[in-house]
Amino acid sequence: MAEIRLDNISKTFNEDRVVKNISLTIKDGSFTVLVGPSGCGKSTILRMLAGFEKQTEGDIWIDDKLVNDLAPSKRDIAMVFQNYALYPTMTVKGNIEFGLANRKIPKKERRQLVEEIAEIVGLSDHLNKKPDKLSGGQRQRVALARAMVKKPKVFILDEPLSNLDAKLRTQMRTELIQLHKKLGTTFVYVTHDQVEAMSMGDEIIILNKGMVQQKAAPIDVYQNPRNLFAAEFIGQPPMNVFDRTAYEGIVEPVPEGVRYIGFRPEHASVSRTAASIPHTIELESEILTLETLGAETIYKVKNRIGVMNIRSFSAPVAKDGCCFVSIPLEKFYPFGADKIAKPELDLSMKKEAVLNGIG
Amino acid sequence: MALVKDSMGMGERRSTSQSLVSWTRLRPYAMISPAILVFCLFFIYPIGYMVYLSFHDWNFVSPTKEFIGTANFTYLLSNLEFREVIVNSFIYTFFTVFLTIGISLLLALWLNRGGAIYSFLQASIFSPHITSLVSVSMLWMWIMDADYGLLNWALNLIGIESIPWLTSPDYALTSLIMVAVWKGIGFNTLVFIAGLQSIPKDLYEAAELDHTPPWRRFLRITVPMLSPTLFFLTIIGIINSFQVFETINLMTEGGPINSTNTFVYYIYQYGFQFFKIGYASAAGVILLVILSVLTVIYFKVLSKKVHYR
Repeated sequence: MAEIRLDNISKTFNEDRVVKNISLTIKDGSFTVLVGPSGCGKSTILRMLAGFEKQTEGDIWIDDKLVNDLAPSKRDIAMVFQNYALYPTMTVKGNIEFGLANRKIPKKERRQLVEEIAEIVGLSDHLNKKPDKLSGGQRQRVALARAMVKKPKVFILDEPLSNLDAKLRTQMRTELIQLHKKLGTTFVYVTHDQVEAMSMGDEIIILNKGMVQQKAAPIDVYQNPRNLFAAEFIGQPPMNVFDRTAYEGIVEPVPEGVRYIGFRPEHASVSRTAASIPHTIELESEILTLETLGAETIYKVKNRIGVMNIRSFSAPVAKDGCCFVSIPLEKFYPFGADKIAKPELDLSMKKEAVLNGIG
Repeated sequence: MALVKDSMGMGERRSTSQSLVSWTRLRPYAMISPAILVFCLFFIYPIGYMVYLSFHDWNFVSPTKEFIGTANFTYLLSNLEFREVIVNSFIYTFFTVFLTIGISLLLALWLNRGGAIYSFLQASIFSPHITSLVSVSMLWMWIMDADYGLLNWALNLIGIESIPWLTSPDYALTSLIMVAVWKGIGFNTLVFIAGLQSIPKDLYEAAELDHTPPWRRFLRITVPMLSPTLFFLTIIGIINSFQVFETINLMTEGGPINSTNTFVYYIYQYGFQFFKIGYASAAGVILLVILSVLTVIYFKVLSKKVHYR
């Protein structure tokens, strides 16, 4: 149980500033996900939190205790590494109890703890196997068990699911969420996968170029992206964003102070004919590609605004020929020239329009 | 006519397909035959010939080789001089391998880090390995000279009496071991450093979070992860040490009083100085048996402890 506070943290590697003045609070007992593209500084933040890297500037507090100069072992944290970092020469049991043995916990107590944890993660039958005899998912569980058995204040997980196949990843995702509920410990989780971030986190911290782009609950990040980066990073396919000039003659007039306008692929729809819906823009479009995924269809279409992705949950329209794309005006996200969202500049009451011609 | 023609055609086809089949079957053997030939000529034949000679009495020049059964072996095994040779070889091998590996491992742990100083030290330590053994022997003969040597001069400086490094039976074998260790450290250190660098860093990070004390970290993580390297270096160390020749030939000639005589030098003496080829071959056979037994034991017993990634 611990709250983590980063106070104006920076990290410089050979003149290269990978983390820039980050201040944030990770709530006690939360499942906080640091997400961002590779090189955004998320792993560096994690390693500074664990104590493997020392921040160039700023303070790190764990539970009102300044840990700047505290060795990793003294910070009361446990970490699950990306490649699990299991001791390959020890058995599963050896791996789990290694930390306990180092702290001179009596053998009897140790055995009991190991058996308890093995039961929780479902490894009881594999205690005497070496890691190379286990599957990816089982190794993952050993890594979790090794972290859990120490009963740490903070769990740090560095892209723990990235080495698993898609099916197992989904399964482990649910298991991790349940585990967090059961333990109630603070989880700090790093990933580059926005789906993982959205599905697991209570709170998401989106990072780019060493700076926090947005920190909010998943649904908040999705509905109210704070800036263009957050808007384009979350969502699959990403938000369609165009310069204001692309909307000339379509959204009239584009309010002053709006530089970019975006909308999510799933908020637009595709139909054979125009329907003249109020407060909706309908554009004659040409279908470039079409991905049929079963439950949904992803179109790439071209129209007067430009090339955009549309995600539709209704039956696919024929692949060739033209169609109409309708976008409700209230679903537009305006952004200023500084790429910050301008939700106050409402577009929803603009006049509807049906526009023919793809040109 | 038509029938005859037909059957002839079939016959032809069958014979071509038959020769094709046999060629397909023979091709792999044909392809590896040069390698097999070289192997037989330079490995199998000499070993076989050595075993053959070990049952004969021959002086290298006489046209006849007299078959004497196991006489060479019975004489060898009852010979006191040969027993000394065996004991010397084992002592030399044990201490050379043990010290070389121990010192190299410590050096590797120390030198396994970045920076110009460490690169320079690594290169310096490696330099004896690329120096010819003859030069090394000459150098150490001078360093260990009882009257003018650098070593005794240094000992005298700190008030210790001169030691007859190569001229006393009490010290000569130790001196040779020192030279072998000095020469072997570079290569072993380099291989150990390579082994250390292949250990994933996150294992040490995990160990740090697990509150692992340094000594335990070394024993439980570094050593097991290095076990393939240790295994490899020990086995080639043993084989090389049993076959030591140049330093003994140049520095002590097996003396004084047979105190530094080891297997290969003994074989050389009997074969090429006393021209008792059969006798020397018998000693060679015993060396082959000892090395084979050691290797088999080593692989059977220790390879179970080795962790290969």
